[in-house]
Amino acid sequence: MADTRPIRVLVAKPGLDGHDRGAKVIARALRDAGMEVIYTGIRQTPEMIVEAAIQEDVDAILMSILSGAHMAIFPKVMELLKQNGVDDVLVAAGGILPDEDVPAIKAMGIKGCFGPGTSTEEIIEFVRTSIQADRLTVEV
Amino acid sequence: MQNIVERLRNGDRRALARMVTLIENEIPQTQHYLAELHRYTGHAHIIGVTGAPGAGKSTLVTHLVRELRRRERKIGVIAVDPTSPFSGGAILGDRIRMMELSGDPNVFIRSMASRGSLGGLAASTRDVVRAMDAAGYDPIIIETVGTGQAEVEVMRAAQTVLVVVAPGMGDDIQAIKAGILEIADIFVVSKADKPGADQTVAELAMVLSLDPGRKKAPWRIPVLKTAAIKDQGIPQVVDALQHHYEYLVESGMLASRAQRQVDSELQALVVHAVMKALKVQVSEEEWQKLVEDIRIRERDPYSVARELEERIGLK
Repeated sequence: MADTRPIRVLVAKPGLDGHDRGAKVIARALRDAGMEVIYTGIRQTPEMIVEAAIQEDVDAILMSILSGAHMAIFPKVMELLKQNGVDDVLVAAGGILPDEDVPAIKAMGIKGCFGPGTSTEEIIEFVRTSIQADRLTVEV
Repeated sequence: MQNIVERLRNGDRRALARMVTLIENEIPQTQHYLAELHRYTGHAHIIGVTGAPGAGKSTLVTHLVRELRRRERKIGVIAVDPTSPFSGGAILGDRIRMMELSGDPNVFIRSMASRGSLGGLAASTRDVVRAMDAAGYDPIIIETVGTGQAEVEVMRAAQTVLVVVAPGMGDDIQAIKAGILEIADIFVVSKADKPGADQTVAELAMVLSLDPGRKKAPWRIPVLKTAAIKDQGIPQVVDALQHHYEYLVESGMLASRAQRQVDSELQALVVHAVMKALKVQVSEEEWQKLVEDIRIRERDPYSVARELEERIGLK
């Protein structure tokens, strides 16, 4: 079963900027790579993102943010995931993430940080190799 | 740790979410869970919402859920979107319009990819309905993929079918065509703030009046108008859904439809079990040999079938 189940990914756009072209490009690329992408649109609160991730039982959450609010939003998302006992979901981020913030972002448990210029292939490969293998074998 | 069935019954959303994943992927142990869940099902009103792409299904569902929340219901939503026939992937975008509902513990929304099914639903949608039913969600709303005129599978999964029609989407000739227009228990003309809505209502009413059985039919199919962005017409749709459910219960239709559904499902399960038993006795190679022998008229299918019946102990 493990090799036949499609990977499920939540692509979310937290914060108040409405520039979702990047997120849409990623969503489309992941779809074309055979994944099921739940696309939530812009202006997502951390609560909405975590609730959607739980209900959709996704393998990965990808957040795109350009507004500079990442150091306020990402810790909240990670905290809510923890509160809800979600510890097996890959979380990654993309957008405008200054180099000096990257160590702090990774320390929160966000496994990938992808800035402008990243190829979609790189992100697809990252998702494929980083999601927990035991999630795909779907044991309870 | 409690098992997943108990957690689901106790309102654990993660357990329900994981159960849906198991069902979707046809994991073998799922049948045992579904067997356990069976006695807790049969309580939810199952509503199908269908219509052409862009007709306004997701928007209508969002507003229906909001109105149902005002009436203190606990609602499950299954939103089906198409799987790409090329990559096998899918973009499930129905949540975009439903995000305002996210965060309410009494609303559970799950997106499903159709994964190659052609009837407007995914193959496992009905079992996902069961899991939500057992978890106490009522009603459960199934939003189909944007449909053409032939995707009528929702009729077999839902008790009440609501067909959404946007104004100006086709002349009255289109409306007489068979297909999704024939399966409606309720019509909703969406985007009533746009020009042409009244004409669409009139056209639908005209098509319905052509049905010779209509005068005697115990359920008169209503044609309702909504303008979701102005929050108009939504309570009336929820009332109509409720009336249809009451009608199904009082007329005995709910029971007779359920009986037919169980009947066909049991038959399918038995066929599946027999085929499984057969595959244990007969290798793929031998099966192919038998097929070939029949093709070249060495043997005939009737005696081969009889022989196979004996081998799996049915005779």
